[in-house]
Amino acid sequence: MARSAGAISRAGAAVGAALGLLTLGTLGVVLARGGTASLGPADWAAVRFTVMQAAVSAVLSVGLAVPVARALARRQFPGRRLLISLMGAPFLLPVIVAILGLLAVFGRAGVLNDGLAALGLPPVSIYGLHGVVLAHVFFNLPLAVRMILSGWQGIPAERFRLAAALGFGPADIFRHLERPMLRAVLPGALVAVFLICLTSFAVALTLGGGPRATTVELAIYQALRFEFDLGRAAALAAVQFALCAVVVLVAGQIALPAGFGPGLDRRVERWDASSRGLRALDAGVIALVAAFLLVPLALVVLRGLPGLGALPDGLWAAATQSVIVALISTALCLAATLVLALAIVQGRGAGLLEAAAMLPLAASSLVLGTGLFLIVHPLLSPARLALPVTALVNAALALPFALRLILPSLRSIEAAHGRLADALGLVGMARLRWLVLPRLRPVLGFAAGVVAALSMGDLGVIALFAGEGGTTLPLLIQRLMGAYRMEAAASAALVLVGLSFGLFWLFDRGGRDAAA
Amino acid sequence: MLRLEGVVLAQGAFRLTAEWSVAAGERVAVIGPSGAGKSTLLLAVAGFLTPVQGRILWDGVDLAGLAPGERPVSMLFQDQNLFPHLTLAQNLGLGLSPRLRLFPADQARIEGALTRVGLAGLGSRRPADLSGGQQSRAALARALLRARPILLLDEPFAALGPALKAEMIALVDQIAGETGALVLMVTHDPSDARRFARQTVFVAEGCAAPPADTNALFSKPPLALSDYLGR
Repeated sequence: MARSAGAISRAGAAVGAALGLLTLGTLGVVLARGGTASLGPADWAAVRFTVMQAAVSAVLSVGLAVPVARALARRQFPGRRLLISLMGAPFLLPVIVAILGLLAVFGRAGVLNDGLAALGLPPVSIYGLHGVVLAHVFFNLPLAVRMILSGWQGIPAERFRLAAALGFGPADIFRHLERPMLRAVLPGALVAVFLICLTSFAVALTLGGGPRATTVELAIYQALRFEFDLGRAAALAAVQFALCAVVVLVAGQIALPAGFGPGLDRRVERWDASSRGLRALDAGVIALVAAFLLVPLALVVLRGLPGLGALPDGLWAAATQSVIVALISTALCLAATLVLALAIVQGRGAGLLEAAAMLPLAASSLVLGTGLFLIVHPLLSPARLALPVTALVNAALALPFALRLILPSLRSIEAAHGRLADALGLVGMARLRWLVLPRLRPVLGFAAGVVAALSMGDLGVIALFAGEGGTTLPLLIQRLMGAYRMEAAASAALVLVGLSFGLFWLFDRGGRDAAA
Repeated sequence: MLRLEGVVLAQGAFRLTAEWSVAAGERVAVIGPSGAGKSTLLLAVAGFLTPVQGRILWDGVDLAGLAPGERPVSMLFQDQNLFPHLTLAQNLGLGLSPRLRLFPADQARIEGALTRVGLAGLGSRRPADLSGGQQSRAALARALLRARPILLLDEPFAALGPALKAEMIALVDQIAGETGALVLMVTHDPSDARRFARQTVFVAEGCAAPPADTNALFSKPPLALSDYLGR
């Protein structure tokens, strides 16, 4: 037993060290290279814009999520369960697809401007700060709704019963039950959304740009790809890492609410909100948010369907590469996560390993990419390594999410069956094969689905490394959009969505199927 | 012979001492108020809890440093004695080989053990398909296969009705007789102790008393025991 415990500790330490090397090591390279470069006024503008748009996006996403979560928490209606599940989907939806959908509604030739033109009104533009914020709200409003809804569901049903018995009205319920809950949940939700928006690249690449709407991530990309100013790219990457590290440290002090997981569709009886006005309010809020989320996606489907018969050149090559990259990064990520989780549960050096697992949260795709670019570039052409680097970076970036899914399950497996396994001398590989893997299988399947979908949709480091060949599907779509081939982009987006959710579904079902 | 030599067990502020020995093949009931440390005593023998002082010896060999699976011990817990995702045959097979590398002869032994406890032909079922009594029988069949010289029972039959419990205790008696095992059985019920165990360890007030003759102990109980028994 002692021998295999040592093997797990060593493997865990190796994974932790690899994560440290990948994040802090690349940061070291970045600092060595960028430490001397000085940032110009445009770069500082990018830093200010990044922080400002992230703050606005976080406040709007979370602020708008409160009435939506409240409406979902206190209403029963057909399709409620489906709508709540749907709120989990944007997390897995490729960013580029959502942007395509938003362009179909709010873009130059979108539905909104068609309507305005018909009324003789001037068109609105989606590009710039408000476009970036709009896209971020599209992604993060559902996530915030799920976080806040889980807070609402955390209020025991008995409290509402007691409140009803005491004759509380909606204002009293808010004051005594809902406000304390919100005070506990909102800071975590704000920080989580702020961090996500801080590292936003694909949104800024497509909807931002120019001197007034460039994020640090985008500035890194431009410095590397267009100006080939390695020193400046490195300096920007260092600033970006510092920003994220500060936010991750702040987040570490705040309990982050759970954004996904089962049990969010539980029913709680409410007696306080039956007035006609409140009912109309909730119905309106739910209808608006459903339309905001569904109309853009429906338009992608509508515009993409006709082109499915004649898909653009190179689509299947890019799709194949995307799937291969996703499968490799899923395998890497799950193997590393499992080893880390086993070592953490075993207890030796657990704190250090958990900290190592959080490192990727502070390192964004482009920061890791810049570091790896600086390492690779003198040796061989980065384009040749585009796909392996993408697989590696995606695996690292998804690891914190995978660990948050797997670790609690592993702990409960050990709590329920660990003693029996010890008593029977079930150690090492035998324990893994006959106890851990079979019991963990449903969670592993779900985690694999999440990681695969995240990797399929990623448009970050690949944009930094890719040459003419070696593209992934999201990058191909972005290039089609850049060439204003919107129909072709929509068709390719449909294929991407199908593949992403297909992979998620396959892994998730594969995990659940054999579970006895 | 199982020997507890100046053993002190500690969990937080809780302490339990034991200083006694008991012969191989003996039947011992462990009785006492809840929270007195009956399970703690068994967990220490099984290797899940390291004594802060003293030694636990089997046939003169100190068990310290041996992992639970390496000790001359089989243990039945209050619950979770079978892995729910494995078949009965696999659950029993783990008693022969933790890696489940089983040869045809092993399969025959598994089937034989299942037959011995009255579960013939149920090897391909999973625990969820069985009743509570059948699950207990399967766990006992595994103990039969492991044939370790010490069998620890931490109230594995507590959830069964009185008739079924008596049946299980009789089965334990037979199986321990076949493997020659020393049995330490935690129980709340004096009639279990009388029926099954020639000797009884009374655990109370931070001390696991040396094994005493069961009948003598219950006919002339010390004060703490008569308080516990309520008479």
